Amino acid sequence: MVDSPAGSAGIVPPAEVAEMELYHPKSWWTRYVFSQDAKIIAVQYAVTATSIGLVALVLSWLMRLQLAFPGYFAFIDADHYYQFITMHGMIMVVYLLTALFLGGFGNYLIPLMVGARDMVFPYANMLSYWIYLLAVLILAAGFFAPGGPTGAGWTLYPPQAVLSGTPGGQNWGIVLMLSSLIVFIIGFTMGGLNYVVTVLQGRARGMTLMRMPLTVWGIFTATVMALLAFPALFVASVMMLFDRLLGTSFFMPAIVEMGTQLQHDGGSPILFQHLFWFFGHPEVYIVALPAFGIVSDLISTHARKNIFGYRMMVWAILIIAALSFVVWAHHMYVSGMNPAFGFFFATTTLIIAVPTAIKVYNWVLTLWRGNIHLTLPMLFALAFIVTFVNGGLTGLFLGNVVVDVPLSDTMFVVAHFHMVMGVAPILVVFGAIHHWYPKVTGRMLNETLGHIHFWITFLGAYAIFFPMHYLGLLGVPRRYYEMGETSFVPPSAHSLNIFITVMALIVGAAQIVFLLNLVWSLFKGKAAGGNPWRATTLEWQTPETPPAHGNWGKDLPVVYRWAYDYSVPGAAEDFIPQTQPATDGITREVKR
Amino acid sequence: MAVALILVLLVVASVLFHVLSPWWWTPIASNWTYIDSTLVITFWITGVVFVTVVCFMAYCVWRFRDRPGNRAAYEPENRRLEWLLASGTAVGVAAMLTPGLFVWNQFITVPDEATPVEVVSQQWLWSFRLPGADGKLGRAETRDVSPENPLGVNKNDAAGLDDIIIEGGELHLPVGKPVRMLLRSVDVLHDFYVPEFRAKMDMIPGMVTYFWFIPTRTGTFDILCAELCGVGHPQMRGTVVVEEAADYQAWLEQQQTFTQLLASGEPQPAN
Repeated sequence: MVDSPAGSAGIVPPAEVAEMELYHPKSWWTRYVFSQDAKIIAVQYAVTATSIGLVALVLSWLMRLQLAFPGYFAFIDADHYYQFITMHGMIMVVYLLTALFLGGFGNYLIPLMVGARDMVFPYANMLSYWIYLLAVLILAAGFFAPGGPTGAGWTLYPPQAVLSGTPGGQNWGIVLMLSSLIVFIIGFTMGGLNYVVTVLQGRARGMTLMRMPLTVWGIFTATVMALLAFPALFVASVMMLFDRLLGTSFFMPAIVEMGTQLQHDGGSPILFQHLFWFFGHPEVYIVALPAFGIVSDLISTHARKNIFGYRMMVWAILIIAALSFVVWAHHMYVSGMNPAFGFFFATTTLIIAVPTAIKVYNWVLTLWRGNIHLTLPMLFALAFIVTFVNGGLTGLFLGNVVVDVPLSDTMFVVAHFHMVMGVAPILVVFGAIHHWYPKVTGRMLNETLGHIHFWITFLGAYAIFFPMHYLGLLGVPRRYYEMGETSFVPPSAHSLNIFITVMALIVGAAQIVFLLNLVWSLFKGKAAGGNPWRATTLEWQTPETPPAHGNWGKDLPVVYRWAYDYSVPGAAEDFIPQTQPATDGITREVKR
Repeated sequence: MAVALILVLLVVASVLFHVLSPWWWTPIASNWTYIDSTLVITFWITGVVFVTVVCFMAYCVWRFRDRPGNRAAYEPENRRLEWLLASGTAVGVAAMLTPGLFVWNQFITVPDEATPVEVVSQQWLWSFRLPGADGKLGRAETRDVSPENPLGVNKNDAAGLDDIIIEGGELHLPVGKPVRMLLRSVDVLHDFYVPEFRAKMDMIPGMVTYFWFIPTRTGTFDILCAELCGVGHPQMRGTVVVEEAADYQAWLEQQQTFTQLLASGEPQPAN
């Protein structure tokens, strides 16, 4: 099962098509600004996503300040509070995490890891970034528009999202938000088609699908999912925009608003929720699957051991992706939909726990009998496992329909999804940046700054979100500008709120250390060389570091083995690059 | 090894926090103790998994750390182990799901003898309607809402004329009697949420949603809105008083019917 006879692993098919010349930039503008090089586009995506992400970070500080010290900061009134939570949520989920994992890591890593010179449609790839930037600018314009951005919550549920009781509902806010999402999806589609076609058609000779690193599997599968899920958000946004601007009634039933009969009639608010979560639940995995893939490669490389159960890992990714399209209504157990749906959606949701648990086991079993180097990528990977296991397990509370009833719409939900799709993927982002920064810049990140940033971020974020579950258990609802008087929330809960806020300020401030490290190391970092982690995958075998336009010099790489030949018995080194032919008889690979 | 130690300490701290922290659910005041039990089962199963996985990981980090002469094993797969773990997980999942679905079936099956109680929400106020002597609620429509008829009860439906209308006041319920909460909104989404009852459900304009429960102890409980409904969301509060049957009857007799409300001609101040 494990071993294949010497020589057979090295089967490499002949080239099927001749190489095509890439577009070569003729000026500084086409090299660095309107670039068609996926690596430059990746950096553009990453810088834009991080910039708008920092705005969302500051918004989270402001909302935490309000929760800990209600009324103390006069400028955070209820309107602003709801605008802050809405923009924080939407930015983090869509404009930071989705854009960073797919547009950032996807663009940089897919061509390099599959052995292509670039994405297959470089021009569409460039357009994708500029349309994304436009979407970010439209979103940010909300802050300067009359009435400010929308305060409908990131879920944008109608009818309140388009009514006057919600900030931005009858002003520019909701219009700009929906327009920005529509533009984002157009831009993403251009990039997404690129990633999918590049993986399917652009691989180097010998790079079979089952030799691809899990990073590529994760990003590829997430992109396919995004191409199927985002259209649901697209139509929902268009329909709500029509309701708001043209007076249609897709989502608007008969409504009496503050004593006035509105003109709408016959629409269904719950239809929007189905469309939103048909996008929204796959979206969780659109963020998670790239993180799953990347963390698998970080663990394998830095534990000097092949990823345990590679085929099971690939199948788990695909099964999770498929199942995630039939669990959406677990966000809607108490939405008023037909309660009989609860049986179906609770069952599918809990079934998803099985492939997800397999992934966790395989990460941990990769550590077992490894040779663990506690580098920063490895530390971030370990921290990811802790937070992901924690957040995944609380998902079993919320997925189990009847347990969800008391917990839904409380701080338990906020704690759960921040742990599982906020903290956990962001820790992978940090680990991945530590891992690939040397390839992108040719320099290593500073370790001291890295350790300071790691420990504050990991332990601090855990201290923010672990106790927050218990506020929810107590019954504290989410999206409350202030708790006010109740008979069931003891004063001690407020001191917990203050603690959480202090931790949030500290963790937020620690990100400055990370940004400093990125800038400082760019100029002063230790020279990295081509393959500082002694890794097997193709991106570490480029002739130049950072890789030049076209990635591979004169000849494309040829792949002879899977991505995980670490510590192969009998081999001189503890890694064998994928490009090394199997002539020495040392070839081990999982065969079908 | 510092990293392994910190991972173990994190687990210890989490467990201690769970056991010692003063923040736990409010004492239950309804029949849904099964929900609490399912939640406790889930805490046990997930807690054991969390402790096991993180401690195992900490052990690996300590035992297999990079040392001179150490080399990783080469073991791409172990079919037996992988299927064993997958099956074990499936059993754990089934142990949580089965009681969950069993209780859900009870939760959505309203007993015939349950008394209908209507809750009507608007930005940012709770109103209530109880059936009159006929035991039935009359029809109501958002289109019929007006200052004189704040809940939009249909004037032509005889069943509605004796309905008790409570606008923006307290809801009283008799202890030990099952109630079917019929939830209606005239503007945006809201959610009728009383933490002590454990049950909650969204209210959707254009639809009537429901849940049922039996109040099991007397007392005064807060009603909160649990679905974002605009800037006034946190201020949307109400009160439900659960009391003995005799006290409930005395309270009920003081409330005005729909007919009396129409006759009084004085529109209640809108919010």
